[in-house]
Order: sequence, then C-alpha cells, then structure tokens
Amino acid sequence: MTKISVNKKVFETDSDPSTPMLWVLRDEFGLTGTKFGCGIAQCGSCTIHVDGEARRSCVTPISAVVGKEVTTIEGLSPDSSHPLQKAWIAEDAPQCGYCQSGQIMAAAAMLKKTPKPTDADIDQAMNGIICRCGTYNRVRAAIKLAAMNGGK
Amino acid sequence: MKTKQELDRRSFLKASIVAGGALVLGLNIPGVSRAEERFGVTSEPAADFSPNAFIKIAKDGKVTVVVGQSEMGQGVMTSLPMIVADELEVDWANVSFAHGPADKAFFNPAMGMQGTGGSSSVKGFFAPLRKAAAQVREMLISAAAASWNVPADTCIAENGRVIHTATKRSAAYGELLEAAAKITPADKPKLKDPKDFKYIGKAVKRLDSPSKVNGSATFGIDVKVPGMLYAIILRSPVIGGTVKSIDDTAAKAVKGVTHVVSLGYGVGVIADSFVAARKGRSALKVTWEEGPMAAVSSETIMKSFVDAEASKKGLEAKKIGDVAAGRSKAAKVLDAVYYAPFLAHATMEPMNFTADVRSDSAEVWGGVQAQMLVQGTVAKTAGVPVEKVKVNTTMLGGGFGRRFEMDYVIDATLLSKAAGKPVKVVWTREDDMQNDVYRPAVYNKLSAGIDAAGKPVFWHHRLATDAIMARAGKAFGFNLKDDQLDSSSFEGAHELEYKIPNFQCDWIRVDTGIPVGFWRSVGSSHTAFSVECFMDELAALAGKDPLEYRLSLLEENSRHAGVLRLAAEKAGWGKKLPPGSGRGIAVAESFGSYVAQVAEVSVGSDGKVKVDRVVCAADCGQIVNPDTVAAQMEGSVVYGLSAALYGEITIKNGRVVQTNFNNYKPLRMNEMPKVEVHLVTSSAPHGGVGEPGTPPIAPAVVNAIFAATGKRVRSLPIRTDELKKS
Ligand code: FES
Ligand code: FES
Repeated sequence: MTKISVNKKVFETDSDPSTPMLWVLRDEFGLTGTKFGCGIAQCGSCTIHVDGEARRSCVTPISAVVGKEVTTIEGLSPDSSHPLQKAWIAEDAPQCGYCQSGQIMAAAAMLKKTPKPTDADIDQAMNGIICRCGTYNRVRAAIKLAAMNGGK
Repeated sequence: MKTKQELDRRSFLKASIVAGGALVLGLNIPGVSRAEERFGVTSEPAADFSPNAFIKIAKDGKVTVVVGQSEMGQGVMTSLPMIVADELEVDWANVSFAHGPADKAFFNPAMGMQGTGGSSSVKGFFAPLRKAAAQVREMLISAAAASWNVPADTCIAENGRVIHTATKRSAAYGELLEAAAKITPADKPKLKDPKDFKYIGKAVKRLDSPSKVNGSATFGIDVKVPGMLYAIILRSPVIGGTVKSIDDTAAKAVKGVTHVVSLGYGVGVIADSFVAARKGRSALKVTWEEGPMAAVSSETIMKSFVDAEASKKGLEAKKIGDVAAGRSKAAKVLDAVYYAPFLAHATMEPMNFTADVRSDSAEVWGGVQAQMLVQGTVAKTAGVPVEKVKVNTTMLGGGFGRRFEMDYVIDATLLSKAAGKPVKVVWTREDDMQNDVYRPAVYNKLSAGIDAAGKPVFWHHRLATDAIMARAGKAFGFNLKDDQLDSSSFEGAHELEYKIPNFQCDWIRVDTGIPVGFWRSVGSSHTAFSVECFMDELAALAGKDPLEYRLSLLEENSRHAGVLRLAAEKAGWGKKLPPGSGRGIAVAESFGSYVAQVAEVSVGSDGKVKVDRVVCAADCGQIVNPDTVAAQMEGSVVYGLSAALYGEITIKNGRVVQTNFNNYKPLRMNEMPKVEVHLVTSSAPHGGVGEPGTPPIAPAVVNAIFAATGKRVRSLPIRTDELKKS
C-alpha cells in the first residue's frame, strides 16, 4: 500500500510503484480532470503539480511522488476562484475543453515563479501543452489577465 | 442530405406538447440516470414542466435547454440555449443546458438525422427552437392572463415573468407551470422581431466554460459505471488485416487481465484497470493475415493517382463552354500539379467508448456526433431492440468529423457483450493516429490560360482522389455507385465564383484502400488550397495584384468579394513588409459561409516559415453568438495551419507511419500567429461556423510564401528544405 497526498488529502493505492500517476488519479482516485492525450510526454493534457512544479503525470510514476504534495486541477482552488480559472472564464478560453486542465495547471506553475510573464515566458512555459481546438491566443490573453489581477 | 424527417419531427413536437409532453417523450423520468448519479452527465434533468423535448422549466424558474446536438468545442451548448432564452424571455443567468438522448425529437433538420456535422446546428435548429420557445412563452402568458381574467394580448413576458402591462400585475414562470401545461400550444406562435433580440447576435458567455476550468466536465474517457472493466484493442498493423492466430498465455498471466477476446479485426484485452489492459496488450502475441494492403505504400498510392489521371477521363463534375477551345485561344497557358496528403483528425481526446450490453438492452456512454446512428449500431451489434438502447452523450474532446464514425462504438459493444459486464474501451494515441479515417489525399492537375489582357479564358481542374461517401455513406444508408459523383471529394473546385468562360472540373475516383472520412471542412479542406493557389499563379502570370485579380473576376457585390475586401482592408493589403516577409490572400465558401484570410509570413534563410499574423473576414449570414464564431475562426486557422505546416500521414507496406504528436506535429503556443477576426453583419440565412475558417488558411500562407520568396509550394505540408535559400 502506497500513501499519496493529492490535493491535501491522503489516498492509498496498491498499484505497482512504476504505475503512471495519470491512471492512478483518474481510475483509482476518481480525479478525472487530469487528461490522457498522448502518454509520451508530448501533449501536456496530463499536467499536474508535484510540490508546486508542473509535471506530466503520464510519465510520472507513483514512486516519484511519494512524500510529496500532488495538486490536480480539482485541487487548484476549492471553488474555481483561482485567478487563472476566473480569467479563463472571462476570456471564454475553452472550446472542447479537453486540454484545458493541462493548460491551466502549466500556467499556474509558471505564474508562481513568474508573476508577470512576458510573451516569451508564456511561449516557454506553455508550448508543451497542445490544444487541437486552437485556443492558444485566448489562453495567452487569459494568462495575462490573471497576471494583471495578481494571480498566483 | 435532405430533410425528409422534418415533417415527422414537427408532428412529434406538436403531439408531445398537446399531451403535456414529458411522459409521451419519456424524457421526464423522475430521479437521475445512472450516468448522472455517478458523473453528472445530465441527460434527464428533473423538471416541473416539460412542454417539449427542448425546454424544461422548474418551479424556481430555472430553465434547462435540452440539446440533442453534441458539444465538441463549437459552442452549441451555448448558441442553442441562447435562441431559446431570447424567444422565451428568460434571464441568461437562469439558463443551463443538458445533453439530450438519442431521440427523433432531436433530428437536425439541416442534416436529416440527429447529428452534429456539416456546421449545421444553428442552421438546423434556429427556427424550430424559436418556435418551440415562443409556443411556451405564449402558453405561460395565456395561463397568467386566464388567472387574472384579462386578454392574453394585454400581457407581456419579460425576464422569466408574465406582466399585465396595464396593472403591472406579474407572475413568475415558476408559478404558472401547472396552468400552462393545460394549454394547447399555438401552431403559429408570434416570433420576436429580430430588432428586439436580447441575446441572439450578442457575445454571450459560454455555459460550458465553468465546468471546463475545474476538471468537472465529463468526457467519454471519464465515464465510470459500477462494475466496469477497461479494455484496449490490439489492431492489425496493416490496414484491413485480420487475426490469424493468438497466443494469449502471457497476456492472461498479467495481473488484472480478465478476458482476451478476438474480434476478427483485432484482439481486445479486458482488465480491471487501463494500466493492466495496456500491459496485457503488450504481452499479447498475434499473427495477422495482412491482406492486400500490405503491398500499398505512399509511393504506390501516388503512382495510382498519376496513372489514373493520365489514363482515365473521370466523371465530369462541371462543364461550362469548351476548355479545349479556350486553350487554343489562350495567349499564355499554365499547367501545374497540386498535391494534398492524407491527414489524421487527432482529436485531443483519443477515441473511447463505454458500453453496458445486457441480454435484452444496452446503455452506452461517450462522445459521439450521431446519436441515432450509434443507437442503431449498438442495437445491431449487441442484438437488442433499438428502442432498448440508451445513448448518453458526454462532452467531446474534439470531433472534427472523427466522431461520426462507429468503429469505437462497435469495439465497446462487442467487448461488453463478450465480458457480460460494462466495458470502457480506450484507444491510445497510437491507436487513434493509426486507425483513423483520414482526410483523403488528392492529386490535382490544373491547367488554365489567360488572354492578352490577362483574363482567364479557360480553367481545367482534374482531381484524382478517393470517394469519402463510398464507405462513409453506408452509415446513412447511401450506396455510392461507380458512375456517381461524390461531391465531398471535389466540393469547392467545381463551382467557382470566378467568371471563367470555359471551365471544366473532372473527378477521377481512385480507391486507394485507405479508409477516408470527413475531416473539418471536408472537400474544401484541400480544394481551397489547389484552387486559390492556382488562382494566385494566374494573377502572377497576368502580372496583376492577387487581390485585384480576384476582384476583377467576381461580381462586385458578391459575398466572396465582400470578405476579400474586408480582410484586405483590415490587413493593410499593399502596405510594405520587411524583406523575407510576404502577404497572401485566399477566399473560400463552405457550408454557406464565406471566409477570406490574409496571412503574413516570414521565411528564414533556413526555409523556416513563421506565420506572423492572420486576418480573417467571415460572412456567416445571421450570427447567434459572435464570440463563439470568432473562436471557431481562430481554432479553424490553427487546425488548418497545423496541417499546412506539418500534417501528413504516410503509408509504408500498408501501415500508417505516424504514431503520436512527436511525428504528427500540431501547432504549438510558441508558433501562434496573431489572429484577427472580422465578422460581416448580415441577415442572410445562417451559414456554418465550425468548419469554414479552415479552407482559406493553407492557400493564404502558401501565397504569402510566394510573395516573400518567389517560390511556389504546390504540395503540402510546406517543406522547409524546398524554401531554403541556396
Ligand atoms: S498524456 Fe501526458 S503529456 Fe500527453
Ligand atoms: S480546447 Fe479542445 S483541445 Fe484545447
């Protein structure tokens, strides 16, 4: 039995320690906000925070998060009140929405380190997150809006 | 597709209202469905008043609009509720949406089936929803008027209340439900004057955004039903191959694996988790009957196009005048070959589906674009009566035409039937990339000539390509005959708006054996490229400005000309750009909308193309939500740019070469151009919105590359090495 702290709650799993966190979160813990897009660290749909750093959960085994704090989109704020979430709604950024958990989690990790990101900062932090619906410009605008509102 | 079901739908709507609705429709079953219980897939919202299939009003005045269309990002869960909210006179804050079941009440009149495609949702539902909402508004007004003993026409509806104008007496809708339910709806309710629209035409906030920023939106892949197992399928590496023999000893030894099931076209591995199923699949040994496609590669396909074009006349899609006579009169003639490759849809959410097949019924969950086809397919596959199949539509993590297919639906149905339990099938990205129905590859031979003044005297376009409808049409009960035209193969190439006296478009059908399907904007996704780039070549041949040349061949007040002028003006057409940069323009009509785009690109000495800015002008007729339209144009540009810059599916020995996003590259954030969208205000009939932004982007970029470098790109994707400065 491995104990993992996700969104400040302790979960248990008896899956093999090599199992990617993505599937543990989704299928065992019922946290389906984190999405599967490629499985090979290419698309970023599965982005979570491990001790505040953006990580791709499809290639992050259970063993790598033991003793650390995992945050998923469900735990970013209790009531969608994170400045990024508000900005995302203000800009109506999502289309199909499938990539958006990953977009928001990547942006949140960036804003923590870089509260006033430049376009280049945004390119750098966000180019790992694919959006097939093409919402990039609204995602960029939403990040800037959140940064303006002092979002972390 | 024609609307022969429309009558059906109309009488159904009427009957259901007369009967008080809910029970007749079977929509208002108290309590919640299993899916809702588990995951908030609200397919059957509780309501106190369900006057018709679309509208539910609760005692607290909250209105739920039941949408039978699928939300794949295009905003249909907002645009259709807006139509209802406006005509029903309710406050937007009190409106929510729910997914409708597979039901003929949700037939899309613009498609003749319950389906989301062809950019047709608003086109199909604008009138029916307005009528349905207006009927309900009048029922509520009549109920209030009767209770006050005043004539109905002295009352108005506003913000969820009926008001008696003279006395200012008012009642909330929630108080009127019981009385309203007893009123017979008018056959011809009075519709609002469009100048009084509160929501239609305004940038109203999307209803689905909140659930898409906190992880709560439910996609097919998120569905979990009690007792459910997970499955992955090992498919033939060769297109069309079948199972010859299976050694499942090692697979069955993997912890968690419960079943290994041969499906003929593949082998399903079922387990108690996705991870176990995936491990089981890696341990599975299957030998394949590869079949004839093993001899097919991209090179042999290209040869079959070239040979077919050279040796076959093909079918005439359109003929005006005489192209041979035109050719003989031409002062200058141009011949060119344009090629567009196979493309994958690569929706962000890979294909997946959940089925629970029982002995005499079935319930299924997933993101689909055609609910009633799914219902029929599941019934046939599971061997249960069609009315015993319940279809729960989730959010779609992208559609683009891919989720019209039934392959992933059949997977889950067969496996649930075999296991006797609910089964969720998940395709990996590799499965998804290699088992798509692809945008057809197209070989185009184009010839045209101009007279001494530069005017075109003939245009001859020959397209060698697959027939999408030969396979896809079967799902709609349509059998394409050998001598029959399939316009999805050449639409956008045969009816040009440009005035050309001698014109011919021929389609040479080539059955490549590669499964092909509907890909965002279908035929126009490639015909805009060949037509608009070749038109640019003609302009250059005539020594004319590409914009002026196009305008000179269009009716002054045509919608094509209108969007061209608008895009050009907003882009600053003609203004100087730095060396190495260029501007290109293209226009295309598809699905009743007219879109012109100007692209600004810079090309490095290494040949790398950077698209800096895209200006898009769109005339989509009457618009419901300009912000969703803008979002669709932005998204279409990205989808088309990804394809133009990188998209290509190639075949080797019958196998798809590309596997994942590392070798089928989509555009990323750091490559994004500025995109500016300008919409034409119009009261013309609704055009489509989800697709028409895609066709013009590839030709606009390619034409801009010519402006920047003098080099013509005639084959997609754009190849950097060909643009390198030597
Ligand atoms: S699923 Fe993890 S990066 Fe794509
Ligand atoms: S919103 Fe659909 S993939 Fe990003």
